[in-house]
Amino acid sequence: MAVTTSASEISALAEIAVSAVEDPELPPLTIRDLGILRQVEVRPGGEVVVVMTPTYSGCPATEVIGRDVRDALDRAGLRQVRIELKLSPAWTTDMITDEGRRKLDEMRIVPPPCLGAGRPAQRVDLVVKCPQCGSRNTEELSGFGSTPCKALDRCRACGEPFERFKQL
Amino acid sequence: VNAQARYALSLGDDALVLAQRLCEWATRAPAIEEDVALMNIALDLLGQARGLLAHAGAVEGAGRSDDDLAYLRDEREFYNLQLVELSNGDFARTMARQLLFSAYQCELYEALSGSTDAQIAGIAEKARKEADYHRDHAAHWVVRLGDGTEESHRRMAEGLAAVWPYAAEMFEPCSLFAPLVEAGVAVDPAALEAGWSSYLSPVLVEATLAPPDTTFAPTGGRSGLHTEELGYVLAEMQHLHRAHPGTQW
Repeated sequence: MAVTTSASEISALAEIAVSAVEDPELPPLTIRDLGILRQVEVRPGGEVVVVMTPTYSGCPATEVIGRDVRDALDRAGLRQVRIELKLSPAWTTDMITDEGRRKLDEMRIVPPPCLGAGRPAQRVDLVVKCPQCGSRNTEELSGFGSTPCKALDRCRACGEPFERFKQL
Repeated sequence: VNAQARYALSLGDDALVLAQRLCEWATRAPAIEEDVALMNIALDLLGQARGLLAHAGAVEGAGRSDDDLAYLRDEREFYNLQLVELSNGDFARTMARQLLFSAYQCELYEALSGSTDAQIAGIAEKARKEADYHRDHAAHWVVRLGDGTEESHRRMAEGLAAVWPYAAEMFEPCSLFAPLVEAGVAVDPAALEAGWSSYLSPVLVEATLAPPDTTFAPTGGRSGLHTEELGYVLAEMQHLHRAHPGTQW
C-alpha cells in the first residue's frame, strides 16, 4: 500500500518537529520559546524551509541549532530541508514567549523585561528581583555571563549570585 | 575587489582583528568576570566579522568564503583601522581602545541600520545593540580606573594617550567609498564624529581624564597600510589554517 503524505501533513509534521528543538545553551527552552524560529514553510515539491534569526551575531548556538533542526526533521522523515537565517527585523528579547519566560523563571534565570511596541531605543535599567529570595536589593556583577545572552547579578539580601537574561 | 565588497571587508576586518586581539586576554584578564566579558565581546565582534566578510565575498562574486577572506589574505589586503590592530598593552590601554572603538561602532551601526544594502542594514541593526553593551563596559572601566587610585589614573591616562592618535582615522573620508555614500550603501565617516564626541566627552570628564593633546594622526588602514603590529596578529590567526588548508573544527 502506497503511503502518500499531503502538503498539509508534511507541514504539520515539520512544525511539530522543529518547534520542539531546544536551545543547546538554555534547555528546556525551545527555539520557538526564544522567538528565534521565524517560520516553517513547505514549498511545492515538499522542501521544508525553516527560517530562523540569530540572537547575538556570534552566538555559537546558532550553528548547533541548525544541525538540531535538521536532525529533528530527519527523524520525522523529512530530508529535503533548507535553513535560512534572516537578520531583519533583528531579534529582541521581546520575542521570547510567555512560555519561554515561565521556563526561565523556573530555571531561576531572571527573564528580560518585555517592553512592547513602543520600546525605547535605549536600554532601560529596571529593578531586578532576586530569583532565590525575591529581594529587590540586587546588583550587577558583570554585564557579560556564561552565554552571550546573559549577565551575572548578585542579591545583596541573600548573597546568592544569579543569572539574568539581558535585554536586547 | 569592487568598492561595495571592499566596504564590507573594511568593516569586517575591524571586527575580526579586534576580536583576535581581545582573545589574547583569555585567562589573563584581571578577574574571571573580565575574562568572560572580554571573550563575550570578542565573540560578538567575530560574529559581526563573519557576516560582513561573507557578504563581501558574495558581493565580490569570486567565490571566496568568509574563511577564505579571513585566513588567506595577506597584511596589505586587510583594510581595518590601525586602531584595532594595536597591541593590548595593559588592561587600561585595552579599555581605552575599547571605548574609542565601541563608541565609533555605535554611531556607525546606528547609521548603517538605514543602509540601502539590505544585508549591511541587517547586520548593523543587530550589531548596534551589541556595540552598546561593549561601550557601556568600556566606559565603566575607563571611569573606574581614571577616577581611581593614583596608579590607576596614571595608567588610564597613559593608555588613552597611546591609542588616542589612532582615533582620527575612524572619521576620515575615503574616496573609494564616496559613490557608496552617495548611493546610501555606506555612511560618511566624518558624519559620525559629532555623535562620538558628544558621547565621549562626559565619560572622560567623569573619569577625570583630558582628551590627549596631539597632532599625530596616523592613517592608512583603509588602503591596506598598517603598523608593524598587524603582521603578528595575522601570523597567529592564520598559521593553523594555512598549515592545514580547509581545516575545520
